[in-house]
Amino acid sequence: MTAPLLDPMVPKQYRIQRIHREIPDTFTLELEPKDGCEIPQFATGQFNMLYIFGVGEIPISISGDSNKRRPLVHTTRAVGTVSKAMRDLKPDDIIGVRGPFGSSWPVKQAEGKDVVIAAGGIGLAPLRSVMYHIISHREKYGKAVLLYGARTPADILYRRELELWRAHFDLEVYVTVDRATGSWRGSVGVVTRLIPRAPFDPQNTIAMVCGPEIMMRYTVAEFEKRGVAKENIYVSMERNMKCAIGMCGHCQYGPNFVCKDGPVFPYIKIESLLTKWEI
Amino acid sequence: MMQTLEPILAEHPFFKGLKSEYLQIVTGCASNVRFNKGTYIFREGEEATQFYLIRQGKVALEIFAAQHGPITIETIEAGEVLGWSWLFPPYRWHFSGRVFEPTRAIALDGKCLRTKGEADHDLGYELMQRVAQIMLDRLNATRIRLLDIYSDLPGGKL
Repeated sequence: MTAPLLDPMVPKQYRIQRIHREIPDTFTLELEPKDGCEIPQFATGQFNMLYIFGVGEIPISISGDSNKRRPLVHTTRAVGTVSKAMRDLKPDDIIGVRGPFGSSWPVKQAEGKDVVIAAGGIGLAPLRSVMYHIISHREKYGKAVLLYGARTPADILYRRELELWRAHFDLEVYVTVDRATGSWRGSVGVVTRLIPRAPFDPQNTIAMVCGPEIMMRYTVAEFEKRGVAKENIYVSMERNMKCAIGMCGHCQYGPNFVCKDGPVFPYIKIESLLTKWEI
Repeated sequence: MMQTLEPILAEHPFFKGLKSEYLQIVTGCASNVRFNKGTYIFREGEEATQFYLIRQGKVALEIFAAQHGPITIETIEAGEVLGWSWLFPPYRWHFSGRVFEPTRAIALDGKCLRTKGEADHDLGYELMQRVAQIMLDRLNATRIRLLDIYSDLPGGKL
């Protein structure tokens, strides 16, 4: 007898195992299925719909390690009604999860090439799984570079992990802040300033970019200036997603649905849309 | 045979692609310098006699605010250029330059280069174009920072 197909619109109950307060407005949830079943396999860059019953449902990228099924890890920032309610949840609370959905980062295509990850603010969360993937398959890639920009030193996400990655002899990690405070002695300036400094071969590089849309536009322009071909640049888009399966049309982006065709897009596919005011 | 700074200048992004005859002229205005961590290369308001091609290290551009102390505007790092006040009157530094990490650089005599650029306007144009590109890049970077893109944008619904 074949197992019945799961309805992608029906959330599965997950128990909050742990909540980690990353920075004041950003937190990470570690989730386990309430019934103890397997967690579905996900690919780097995919997202789940997380549902607080009685409040609402939001899309959040998976920020855990795709090689480790358990627990299911999501990092998000408390900015709206649902995410603020999510911030106030406690271990053992139950939430609904649908997914994983969407396209993934081109980690397979990047094999044999240099990989440059450029993240801004909370944009590091959907790219953390790529870092985990590269670290576990390090021999398959050329240079691995992470460029990360935050607002201030206090806003640096995954600070401890960034320090651990920086200690790897075969990873290049550059962090900059827009505004220096306190005793910060690291780089100061926008994340785009890191691109000319970073060691990679632009002719043989896959760039993955995630952050606020304006940051992504300027970052892509800087990659192009450095000589990275448009076809080798990928961005992760964010839109208001509802159904997550390309049915409702809430996240329509030109001819694409961000939930189904994205969130990760080859830059060349959406280049003309990025500067369209109407979209 | 004594090694000149010409090959180092030719490799630096600021002078990349500059004609060899101009490189030779520029080399005549260049010297090798090192700065220890914590030292000030220049201070706001002082005469800007030089600029620097950073080869290694990190220099913070700072401004001093009463009751706040020094505030870092941005950092200038390997492969980048520190200073353009040497090119524009009144030739005074707008910010202070403090060494965050031990720094090796090529110092270029601003007055020497201005004189050479006046004597040969093609060289002057080359220099002006390169400095203008840096100013454009920094202006764009500053504009992005003004947007404060990582702050809460109005209308956050999720």
